[in-house]
Amino acid sequence: MIMSQTQTKRPSTAPTPPVFELIEVEQEFSVPQPGRSLFNRDTVGLKALDGVRLSIAQGASLALVGESGSGKSTLLRVLLGLDAPSGGRALYRGKPIREARARGTGFARDVAMVYQDARGSLDPRMTVGQLIAEPLRHFNIVRKGEEAARVAQLIDRVGLPTDAASRYPSGLSGGQVRRVAIARALASEPSVLVADEAVSGLDVSTQAQLLTLLRSLQRDMGLTLVFITHDLGVASYLCEEIAIMYLGRIVETGPTDAVLDTPAHPYSAALRAAAPRFFEPIPEPLPGEIPSPLDLPNGCRFSSRCPAAQEDCRLRDPQLGQQGAGRAVACLHPLTSTGAQASETR
Amino acid sequence: MSIQTPDAPTALPPAEPPKKAKTGRRSIFLRRPFFTIALIVAAGYVLAAIFAPYVAPYDPVMQDINAMMQAPSMAHLLGTDSYGQDILSRVIYGARYALIIGIFSVLIGAAGGLVIGLAAGLSGGWLEWALMRLIDSILALPSLILAVAFIAILGQGVDKVVVAVGLSMIGPFARTVRADVMQVRVQLFVEAATLMSIPYLKVIWRHVLPNVIFPLAVQVTIRISEAILVSSSLSFLGIGVTPPTPDWGLMIAEGRAFVSFAAWMSAMPGFALALLLIALSIVGDGIREEFDPKLRRGA
Ligand SMILES: Nc1ncnc2c1ncn2[C@@H]1O[C@H](COP(=O)(O)OP(=O)(O)OP(=O)(O)O)[C@@H](O)[C@H]1O
Ligand code: SF4
Ligand SMILES: [Mg+2]
Repeated sequence: MIMSQTQTKRPSTAPTPPVFELIEVEQEFSVPQPGRSLFNRDTVGLKALDGVRLSIAQGASLALVGESGSGKSTLLRVLLGLDAPSGGRALYRGKPIREARARGTGFARDVAMVYQDARGSLDPRMTVGQLIAEPLRHFNIVRKGEEAARVAQLIDRVGLPTDAASRYPSGLSGGQVRRVAIARALASEPSVLVADEAVSGLDVSTQAQLLTLLRSLQRDMGLTLVFITHDLGVASYLCEEIAIMYLGRIVETGPTDAVLDTPAHPYSAALRAAAPRFFEPIPEPLPGEIPSPLDLPNGCRFSSRCPAAQEDCRLRDPQLGQQGAGRAVACLHPLTSTGAQASETR
Repeated sequence: MSIQTPDAPTALPPAEPPKKAKTGRRSIFLRRPFFTIALIVAAGYVLAAIFAPYVAPYDPVMQDINAMMQAPSMAHLLGTDSYGQDILSRVIYGARYALIIGIFSVLIGAAGGLVIGLAAGLSGGWLEWALMRLIDSILALPSLILAVAFIAILGQGVDKVVVAVGLSMIGPFARTVRADVMQVRVQLFVEAATLMSIPYLKVIWRHVLPNVIFPLAVQVTIRISEAILVSSSLSFLGIGVTPPTPDWGLMIAEGRAFVSFAAWMSAMPGFALALLLIALSIVGDGIREEFDPKLRRGA
């Protein structure tokens, strides 16, 4: 669940904070000034994240969608506590993420990650069995005697052949390696699973198998799922919520079906129009280059490509604001009729 | 879209790769005939070195005034030297010294290189800078010159040669270890381990070190021949092991004065040295090509 929706649906008796809450998160990298000479040491700030607001409730499944370079991976690194945001607050169950990570192994056990490059995330010198046993042992999940049985159970759960435990990742196919990465992530019995492009680059039937697996895992174990994808079809199959990013800001969030059926932000509409058939990566969503994050347009960051841009779009920078039932959009002139009303009454 | 259920692992490709690897390992001797021959030769040297007292026909330091500078004959298969010592026996015992010096000095070099290379690769900042300048200054000199310098400090003798050659080889080892560490530590699986909040030292021990040790072990097999060559050169220059130790470099040097009329005195140990070096480098290359995943992927 996203944004203020959590407030309305939350049971009033036990106010549990959302698993993750990002409040005006900024991430600025200093990069060499473009076109600087060899001896010039000038750097400029690159805002990979700029005013990100996001709230992920327990048990939610959120797809994070956006073009390449929109800051999805950067956002993920903030969520995982690998990088501290340069501005704003990033909270995990009400506490700053970096603090939660620094304090013992609880956070690392609760939040598991599946990398896009699954093969690269597995030590090539370890067998699949050893790889899955590592988190079991590190977090003291099972007693020594039960370790092998648990490894076998996990291997079976992700649909790998039984003899996989003694194999090395180099001897497995791309789809199997993803399964190993998922099994390894599940070994710590997390409540949150974070995945960066976990099914991209695979053939369609393998993708379908993995998606089925992820969905059944999410349902059976009540996992909170944060899933980065380029693929609107994957997003709508796997995730109830969607967050669409453009140049470091989340420009629209809400229930996946609602957002994809009636997009309120012109950028969401462009993405949707560019992907008429699901289960294909988004092709060129829009005419024109995505502007460099070093050189954002004035006003709305989408104004240079927006087909619905108006005069004031170049003057005011719209923030993500509530937009009907559980939805939020960062646009001065949202597309849907309900949206238009909302913006008028604002 | 038709979606198979996840509990249908039958759709997965069968367990093929390990079997392939096993058959590949079995036939390495057939696939690499030169490697096989070189391995047999090297093994012959090792056996001769170990069982030298049983296979050598004479005592290597026994001088026989009645059989000085004899050409190869039935009594002395490789002839005798100017003291009447049996060259075959000395060559066989010489294999002992060559292999002992080669192996132990390479181990010293590899251990030192591992420590310095790990420290340089992991530390960063001024410590890395200082270590790399140290390695660079060591590398600027050929190992032979460096070994001469260490001998000048340590003095002569087999143990001193081992230490001197070992120290002179730390530089190249440290450099390759550092390069490997730098490459491994930015790998995703290291970040994944950190993400699991595994302590830093444990990550190094479990994930960085094993990925560095295996290429290092391959380096060790390749560099044994270099160590033997350097130690023989030291002896040849007369500053390595002391006479009458049966050392090949020493024997070549001793025979040099008589090379015009008793060529066998230098030629036999020289041939033994050359053959061992060639065999060892073929074996080392074979091992590297077989086990280095980078080379294998390229093939
Ligand atoms: N460590 C860094 N230093 C400097 N700039 C960075 C760094 N990490 C990311 N960036 C910049 O931040 C922006 C967002 O990058 P990010 O990797 O988060 O995009 P992404 O949405 O994950 O893209 P993709 O879909 O290609 O993975 C890019 O412009 C990138 O160049
Ligand atoms: S604010 Fe204006 S430019 Fe920006 S997305 Fe909305 S309509 Fe387009
Ligand atoms: Mg990315």
